Amino acid sequence: MPEVHSFGIEPISCHAWNKDRSQLAISPNNHEVHIYTQNGGRWDKSHVLSEHAQHVTGIDWAPESNRIVTCGVDRNAYVWTLIDGKWKPTLVILRINRAATCVRWSPLENKFAVGSGARLISVCYFEKENDWWVSKHIKKPIRSTIASIDWHPNNVLLACGSSDFKARVFSGYVKEVDDKPAATAWGKKMTMGNLMAEFSNGGGGWVHSVSFSASGDKLAWVGHDSSVSVVNANNQEKIATVKCAFLPFTSCLWVTENSLVVAGHDCCPMLFTHDDSDTLTFIHKLDVAKEKEGGSMSAMKRFQTLDKRATTDDSSSDLNTQHQNTVTNISIHTGTKERCSKFTTSGTDGKVIIWDFKSLESSIAGLKVA
Amino acid sequence: MSKNTGANRFRKVDVDQFNEDNFQDELIEDGQDLGPNEGEVASLLNQNKHIDALKAALSNPPVATKNQAVKDQAAQLVLRVLLAFKSSDVEKGVNSLDSTTLDILMKYIYRGFETPSEGSSAQLLTWHEKVFAKGGLGSIVRVLTDRKSV
Repeated sequence: MPEVHSFGIEPISCHAWNKDRSQLAISPNNHEVHIYTQNGGRWDKSHVLSEHAQHVTGIDWAPESNRIVTCGVDRNAYVWTLIDGKWKPTLVILRINRAATCVRWSPLENKFAVGSGARLISVCYFEKENDWWVSKHIKKPIRSTIASIDWHPNNVLLACGSSDFKARVFSGYVKEVDDKPAATAWGKKMTMGNLMAEFSNGGGGWVHSVSFSASGDKLAWVGHDSSVSVVNANNQEKIATVKCAFLPFTSCLWVTENSLVVAGHDCCPMLFTHDDSDTLTFIHKLDVAKEKEGGSMSAMKRFQTLDKRATTDDSSSDLNTQHQNTVTNISIHTGTKERCSKFTTSGTDGKVIIWDFKSLESSIAGLKVA
Repeated sequence: MSKNTGANRFRKVDVDQFNEDNFQDELIEDGQDLGPNEGEVASLLNQNKHIDALKAALSNPPVATKNQAVKDQAAQLVLRVLLAFKSSDVEKGVNSLDSTTLDILMKYIYRGFETPSEGSSAQLLTWHEKVFAKGGLGSIVRVLTDRKSV
């Protein structure tokens, strides 16, 4: 059974876990970030981070260094450090003239990348001499808002999905903090801002989310034309795409080297597999509706519904999925992108749900995560 | 004070086209799409081979061209084929198509809705219902998001 945690009625714009998953940072669709701490079976609101002047659009929590980076519509990003039990913000000047949309720490946590509506990505690193965060811009050839960012495990390459219908891989090499990276399947030349690869999303549709696989060789993205696409760096001509009959997805995440979980406007996470012959297949929905307990209504219930809704119809307006509204984010809960055993989804219904592959595999007949 | 020199042509310049921030659509290339072969489709219809006529009409959709006349002609042709089907045969017709052709058919159905004629909307609604049953919400979303339209 998936663990459902409800944080009120406000949509959750974004969420991030700390290293041991005892704390959860969420933004309830406003200027603040709320940090909840596990207390027995309950969640206690332990901190409220309120420095942003407008809505917070992205949160990422670095597991090793325990720093939180947030970005918002106010064109700013803050790096929060825990000092004496309080979270202290440090402003990062991104030098963008539009809202920031998403933010991600790099794997080594020495840099982070912010996507924005200013048609550029700000890669920020800490300059020790001046004791502040400096940003470098990746501008060409991005032509519209960046919706999503994901780092390659080598700490240098960066994938981004944009509303100019393209998914791109850039180099986010910063010579002040990075060693010279070894060549990868995406290419050899990795100067800052170098475009390593560009992929068009079929006939159209904004690219909502991108994800590198654990090895970094595969890139997956989901587009607003209800499609899921995967490309292998070793075979960039062939983009494996599945055009689904579902509503568009907003988020995707690799859970093993060959399996991808996506979720979106259908309020339900779904599993896809990408095998060695570069074929992408839909496997199964991961939210199997439990059978509604049938049975006749008691007379009392009948009169109550007649009074409330002028009908004795038993149908409720609830969706039969766990999430009652669009899922906007998926993140790893337990495990890594190589072998994930639990993942978390959060959405516009104010819920954060933790899904366990062990129980999913046993409850859905024939489900095997490749 | 500046004197009006009587030159007013500058007022007709569209300054928005010179704004560097504008998104320039890459698909400006004028493709040489010819659209479906009208003669072939007409002859198949005459032989009552409706399903083959449907497939022929949906081949080579003029999506890349900017020539409106070619697009209109293709749309008329497809509409003719769709209206020639009997309501009971619509489902068979839908099942004979693969998923890419199904998406193209959905685009033509919505195109057909734009210009309703006598009795066309009712038949188009039957087609819509059957294509939706097979293609799902995704096929409708793709009609809306695809930059190349029929």
